[in-house]
Amino acid sequence: MIHRRSRAATVLQYAALAGFIVFLSFPLLWMLSTSFKGPRELVALVPSLVPVRPTLDNYGVAFGEQDLVRSTANSLQLSLGSAILTVLIALPAAYGLARHVTVLRRLTMSWILVSQIFPLILIIIPLFLILKTLHLLDSLAGLLIVYLVWSLPFTLWMLQSYVKAIPIDLEEAASIDGAGRARILRAIVLPLLAPGIVVAALFAFISAWNEFFFALVVLQSPELATLPLTLARFIGSEGVVRLGPLAAASFIATLPSLVFFSVIQRHLRSGLLAGGVKG
Amino acid sequence: MTVAVLTRGRESLGQASRSPMLFLLPAVIPVVVFSVLPLAEGIYLGFTGAKAGFEVDLSPNFLDNYVRLLSNDLFWQSFQIGIIWTVTTTFLQYVLGLGLALLLEQRLRFLWLVRTLALVPWATPPVIVAIMWRLVYQPDIGLLNQTLRAAGVPIGELNWLADFSTAFPAVIVVGAWAGMAQTTVALTAGLKGVPIEQHEAAASDGATAWQRFRHITWPHLRPVTDAIVSLNFIWNFNSFGLVYVLTEGGPGGKTMVPALFAYNEGFKYGHFGYAAAMGNVMVIVVLAFLYVYLRRGRRGVE
Repeated sequence: MIHRRSRAATVLQYAALAGFIVFLSFPLLWMLSTSFKGPRELVALVPSLVPVRPTLDNYGVAFGEQDLVRSTANSLQLSLGSAILTVLIALPAAYGLARHVTVLRRLTMSWILVSQIFPLILIIIPLFLILKTLHLLDSLAGLLIVYLVWSLPFTLWMLQSYVKAIPIDLEEAASIDGAGRARILRAIVLPLLAPGIVVAALFAFISAWNEFFFALVVLQSPELATLPLTLARFIGSEGVVRLGPLAAASFIATLPSLVFFSVIQRHLRSGLLAGGVKG
Repeated sequence: MTVAVLTRGRESLGQASRSPMLFLLPAVIPVVVFSVLPLAEGIYLGFTGAKAGFEVDLSPNFLDNYVRLLSNDLFWQSFQIGIIWTVTTTFLQYVLGLGLALLLEQRLRFLWLVRTLALVPWATPPVIVAIMWRLVYQPDIGLLNQTLRAAGVPIGELNWLADFSTAFPAVIVVGAWAGMAQTTVALTAGLKGVPIEQHEAAASDGATAWQRFRHITWPHLRPVTDAIVSLNFIWNFNSFGLVYVLTEGGPGGKTMVPALFAYNEGFKYGHFGYAAAMGNVMVIVVLAFLYVYLRRGRRGVE
């Protein structure tokens, strides 16, 4: 009843909707389509979004590429390491933050906001110097420290809001029933935090998986390169022949992120994480 | 109420009052050592002549870097490009994001599809965003040129990302695409706070859709608008990943944003102190812009 729309308005709205659908999806679709095209079809005069003779060759070539396989392994190692360590460190801290220390809570939030303002150059040079002193330059361990520290504040913030959502009455009741501290944490708090832990771990994983500039500065040896580094090196350096495999590898590299975002879609819509997860 | 819960929690679980610090230290120490202190050092570096090398000299040279910067035309030229890039991209992200967020409020079909697609730019790693768009902009077999050629436009093999007149706009389009997801999500959340009763009342009084938007939706969106525009502004001004992979600042510096300029100064030429000084100038410019934007906004409301 409220939405009395004229036909013209409806047509316009659908036109805008179609425009958005095309604008949002075509780069990804084009990459996907390129990844299934053979060299002959890539240079066809009339482009087609759906490959006429789809082939998996590009994926085969990408997986046969030693650089790509090795950097995928490096990226996996870093991202898994970062996810596990971040959660292990952030979890107890988030509990402490949510239940006890109010000053630090405000400080954490302020740090998250303030750190956005500073350009990367101001943090990346000192980090470079520190890692050099510690002999951690050009090592995955050094980069892991950077990733860990970079995703900790936000993970901490996210997890503490999950802790706060658990009524403290639950813990009190258990405590009155004679359960010890450790038991309360293990049997009551931890299970209720499971969804939060999953989101936090995924966040840390994706941050490390997608990151580019820290890796560029910290890592020098080609055999340590992460996936984004290798992909960025591939583009531009090679001719048209390589575009198919490049598209295939890029699509595979995007998959973890796409999965992550479909998992947290609902959280995003409720605004819980809006603005926090940076692209 | 929060306070009540907190104090009650502290009383009943009081025996563990020393443990919070123990819980917190493993998280606080690395963040302080590897990001708060380095940032402070980074700001300080801007007042030194530090250069990359075996031994880095950290003695202060006070304002030398800034005096030199004043006459560095290339840097100011990149600043100009950076401001155009930031303002245009932020504006496009907001307009596109608002349009999409408003559409998502309507009763239309296929909204589920758009909702999912709206997250694609956000979900794509920045390097891959750049790779995707390079595939689109490819001079010979890119989607754009192929489509234009098929439509009969004599485009030849225009290299969008290497041509002096098209490179910058082409990069801005990518920037808008990449950042509109966050904006849409934030504005969608903001639209939830717009009271539907006011809309109904205004509609029954015969207000047009535009009037309702102007006098009900827009004022209610103001805080979210300010927040997301400020954040986008900061992110866009500081971001150089897209430009780095798309054009490396070229052609002829046409897309050289200050963040990339400072990065090159630091890691291509090894002038750490000078690069950090550029970073400091960038912070001041961002803060000044935000101050002006947010103050003007407040006056507008009053």
